[in-house]
Amino acid sequence: MDATHISGTRVVIALQALGSRETRVRRLLEAIPDPELPMLDLGDLGLVRDVHVEDGAVEVSITPTFLGCPALDSMRRSIREALVGDGFDQVEVRTVYSPAWSVEWISPAGRAKLRSAGIAPPGSARVCPHCSAEAIRVVSEFGPTPCQALSACRACGEPFTSIRDL
Amino acid sequence: MNPAAAPAEVLTAPLHSLALRHGDDNLVLAQRLSMWVSRAPDLEEDLALGNIALDHLGLARALLTYAGEVEGAGRTEDQLAMGRTERQFTNLLLVEQPNGDFAMTMGRQLLFDAYQLELWDSMAGCSDEALAGLAMRASNEARYHFLHSSTWVERLGDGTEESHQRMQAALDWLWQFTDEPFEGDAVTAWAAAELGVAPLGEHRDRWEFRVDKVLSKARLDKPSSGNRRSGGRSGRHSEHLGHLLAEMQWMQRTYPGLEW
Repeated sequence: MDATHISGTRVVIALQALGSRETRVRRLLEAIPDPELPMLDLGDLGLVRDVHVEDGAVEVSITPTFLGCPALDSMRRSIREALVGDGFDQVEVRTVYSPAWSVEWISPAGRAKLRSAGIAPPGSARVCPHCSAEAIRVVSEFGPTPCQALSACRACGEPFTSIRDL
Repeated sequence: MNPAAAPAEVLTAPLHSLALRHGDDNLVLAQRLSMWVSRAPDLEEDLALGNIALDHLGLARALLTYAGEVEGAGRTEDQLAMGRTERQFTNLLLVEQPNGDFAMTMGRQLLFDAYQLELWDSMAGCSDEALAGLAMRASNEARYHFLHSSTWVERLGDGTEESHQRMQAALDWLWQFTDEPFEGDAVTAWAAAELGVAPLGEHRDRWEFRVDKVLSKARLDKPSSGNRRSGGRSGRHSEHLGHLLAEMQWMQRTYPGLEW
């Protein structure tokens, strides 16, 4: 009885140690800035799907935002560099497409950061990031990056970009 | 279906062929669309066409990478894109057609976008997890592309006499390529049996309904069915693909494996 209890405790401790290592890697990755929207980090975007650590090897799964996002290669490179810098010998960055990324995954903190950078975050309750009026006009569905549209405020007249709802 | 009934060369790697053909559609169209960059009628449209080209390229990269993985012969997306000849490309004839005037480009985009909506909807629930995930994302992006092309077709069709006449002429020409996307072959039969992808022939009516709605809003006549062309899926292309590939591949052909 006692022996079972002790070995059970050991397993729990071992799992906690393993978990904490993976949590640490996850935090490290989530702090990496997005190359095109550097006010956001990978954590704000919800890109890190899975982290698996085994000895000196780490396998990371990420879900790309827009399929043609040119920042994806750069993100992969940053992830690799961060993990090699953290002492891992073997780093594998895998791309998973299912479930598909959506703007819903952008965290509340990420939305606040976008707004203060003058970019309207996604969602139905869209307001002008300059004057907070709820009168937004989309000028073009396609903007400076695949994830942004060109918009303007009907109230203050200022142009700005907004994150596309998709 | 009975696999013995299908040509052996296609069914040696049906999942590879499936990913490859849809990757080829998107790659060739991305190349065509990127030719508009710096030549579009206005700045917003330039950004739009460049962005749409990028969406198609991103989808092509994911599909070709996957096609290479499931083939298991070590071919990368680059090798598949740059190392195959015209007869080895399996894209639709529609996407390789030249840009022509702006009406021709928008007509081609409308017909293709409406097809992509049906295609990715049919794949979103399939049993191949990688394709299903890509399909969900691709379907979202296709909705935006369709919104863009249908807006333009309506504007041009219901515009001036000149724009109306050009838009009609473009559709009349492009209509001959609209049967091909919905034709079945050994690969689609395999996908239906093994992955649960509904044969696209069943989606033809929905595609037509979608396109008809745009045409009537645009005051355009639906072209009458005349000669229909196909052959792209088995590598028999129009004369335009070879020229497109020559331009796209010349660097890798001249300096194989070049990187920078």
